Amino acid sequence: MLNIENLCVDYGPTRVVKNLDLSLGEDEILMLVGPTGCGKTTILQAVAGLIPIAEGRISLNNWQATPEKSMAPEKRNVGMVFQDFALFPHLTVEQNVAFRLDDMTQVDHWLKLLGLDNFRHVKPGTLSGGQKQRVALARTLAHQPSLVLLDEPLSNLDAALKDSLRWEIRNALKTAGVPAIWVTHDQEEALSVGDRLGILNEGVLEQLASPETCFCEPASRFVANFLGEASFIRGQFNAGHVSTSLGDVPATAVDGASGEVELLLRPDDLSINAAVGPGNAELVWGRYEGAYWLYGVRLDDGPDLQIRCSHEKRFEVGERVGVEVITTHALAAFSLP
Amino acid sequence: MTRWPISYPLAAVIALITAAPIAVLVGLVENPSEFFDSRNLDLLVNTLLLMFLTVCGAIIIGVPLAIITAYVRLPFAKLWLVLLAAPLAMPSYLGAFTFYAAFGPGGEIDNLLGISTLSASGLPGATLVMILYTYPFVLLTTRASLLSQDASLINAARTLGLSLPMSLFRIALPRALRGITAGALLSALYTLSDFGTPAFMGLDTFTRVIYVEYNAFGLDQAAMLSLQLLVIVGLVLFLESTIGVTLERPGRSLTLWPQRWQIPVLLAAVAPVILLAIFLPLGIFTLWLLREGSGGFELEYAWNSTYASLLAAAVAVVLALPVAYASIAGRFGRLMDRITYLGFGVPGIVMGTALVYVGLQLPFMYQTLGLLIIAYVLRFLSLAVGSVRSTAEKLDASLNKAARVLGASPAEVFWRVTVPLTLRGMIAGAALVFLEVMRELPATLLLAPTGFETLATYLWRVYEAGYFGRAAIPGLLLVLMSALGLALMLFGERRAEFNVMEDKKS
Repeated sequence: MLNIENLCVDYGPTRVVKNLDLSLGEDEILMLVGPTGCGKTTILQAVAGLIPIAEGRISLNNWQATPEKSMAPEKRNVGMVFQDFALFPHLTVEQNVAFRLDDMTQVDHWLKLLGLDNFRHVKPGTLSGGQKQRVALARTLAHQPSLVLLDEPLSNLDAALKDSLRWEIRNALKTAGVPAIWVTHDQEEALSVGDRLGILNEGVLEQLASPETCFCEPASRFVANFLGEASFIRGQFNAGHVSTSLGDVPATAVDGASGEVELLLRPDDLSINAAVGPGNAELVWGRYEGAYWLYGVRLDDGPDLQIRCSHEKRFEVGERVGVEVITTHALAAFSLP
Repeated sequence: MTRWPISYPLAAVIALITAAPIAVLVGLVENPSEFFDSRNLDLLVNTLLLMFLTVCGAIIIGVPLAIITAYVRLPFAKLWLVLLAAPLAMPSYLGAFTFYAAFGPGGEIDNLLGISTLSASGLPGATLVMILYTYPFVLLTTRASLLSQDASLINAARTLGLSLPMSLFRIALPRALRGITAGALLSALYTLSDFGTPAFMGLDTFTRVIYVEYNAFGLDQAAMLSLQLLVIVGLVLFLESTIGVTLERPGRSLTLWPQRWQIPVLLAAVAPVILLAIFLPLGIFTLWLLREGSGGFELEYAWNSTYASLLAAAVAVVLALPVAYASIAGRFGRLMDRITYLGFGVPGIVMGTALVYVGLQLPFMYQTLGLLIIAYVLRFLSLAVGSVRSTAEKLDASLNKAARVLGASPAEVFWRVTVPLTLRGMIAGAALVFLEVMRELPATLLLAPTGFETLATYLWRVYEAGYFGRAAIPGLLLVLMSALGLALMLFGERRAEFNVMEDKKS
């Protein structure tokens, strides 16, 4: 079981990972997201032992690493899947997958499972991006690591492929029954494939919880903004409710917020309808997303909000509309910025 | 049909003149049936053995140093790289001279410290010196290809359970093979052409025996040996031209953070090479200066060197201009440009032999400074061409057109636009030629007019006479010239080529 305690990593004089604590369950997939330069890849490299750590302790099953006493990457039994696949160009697919193995059972198993049987004797150069990533995954899993690290494994692939390969990778990891840390900057990927989600900002882990919790009860405004569209409306917090210009809404306070607060509204917490009478808002913009419309409205006595609704509801810019809160679960209330 | 650029005919004439010495040598061999005898076999064995051992040594030293300088985070990494590349700028004969004098019973180390060492002479001595002054070729080319590799392949191998040394050996080095080969061939070329080292070490290689034959007035024999040497050089050059460039997907290269205790260990491994190649010659020359002062040295030698070098540099730059412009203008021009490189490939001793023959045929040239300058120019013209070309290539072609449209004649455009904008390249090219000529030994020995002593030839006389201490001043001046040459390599116009420098100084 992976345990990270108070991990700090420096790059020259800058501290890029700050006081990270986390542990991973038996076959848990942890998604790490954050903007570019937030330190997510650095964490993976530190866990793999590819860069030195400044403070803290990393331990897994039968080893531990500290700044004083490191552990060579090859002795950690940690597998890594790279953004650019990192397949050895001078070896065939089979030789890549069997890189350090004498026993071919695992090699055959993973090549078959990932549909690579026909490419065994091909050099990686001739494969497509998706095939390359499957080979990389097969290579990692065939070596039976105690932990798999995935460094933006899908970012070099096109959108259509990303969607299916995402699930293929998750299923393969679950079949292998191995814990994994999966780094991504794609919020959809982050929310959908992992068991738990960690959001990083400037080297600090802002929140570590289930994807639902992170999305609905973000621990900070940064998390709220990073995971999907976020609008805020002011109101008065009072005993599990916030009274706003849209009425009383159930809410939970984040970080002990009270009194005057801002309530987080996701586009699907709201509904939009043609105005009955004067309505309470004006439509400012509309963005067609295929199955949905995303609308921007300006409340008569409040802020701009975003609303997502069925593609059947069609409004014109400038039209008067009626906006309501339709969620029944509690929304996150933040103290004023 | 498009009109040929005006630079073409000029470039063609200059290129033909550069190629002339080779033609002269071919014409010189009157009796091809005696092309090869048993004594040649010894020469051939010595030359090839020296080349082979040097290349092996250069790889053994150069590749690990390349890995260290490319991947390991060391304090003052730039400084170490410059120091490790520095032997490239120093003529190896300075090393050979001082090693010969320093080691062995009665050598300077024995005198000074009372430590008895094996003497440095013959094949072992020559090999040691050649390795120390040619490993930077391997270091630089290997380092460049290591740096072009993305780190993730090594990281992948390591996370799959392969140790770092094995990962480097199995993953990084196979992909750096072309870089290593390129460096090894450069080292081989340098070794083949070098006259000073085998001469000082008393090893009978082609270059040394050509000089011996010449002194015995066996010009015919010298020419034949020269041709044979040229054939070997040509073979190596051909091999070199077949090396392509491996295209690596660009990415961030590997970085290794050494543990604190590993840093001194690594530096201790690097230090001996630098100590031997740079600080030993410097130390010996300084020791002689302190002990014997400037005895026997006359300022005239330094002046002669400077004077001849300045003349050669000026002529080379003037001739380089049309060749460089022709080279940019089109394919034919590029071919002419490549032909001037032939001169650079011809070993100095061979160039000297060819021009001695020319001098004998044209008595008004024999034993004149003019003939010596011609030899220098033929040999180092390509340095000036390369310098001017790399500046001129960066010029926006529309500048010339703009000037023409404004009503300037081609000549006016040349003087008012092109020349001012390529001045930096011309100066850099002149400086390169100047410094090479300052350090040139074999062609100068053969062609200098009687009584015309330069720094390098004076060093040779001192060696022949056995008054080693008198080498102090010329030795130190030559080291200084080398330092200037290194600075030019690092910061000059052609610094981009530093990684694959083809600098040959013999």
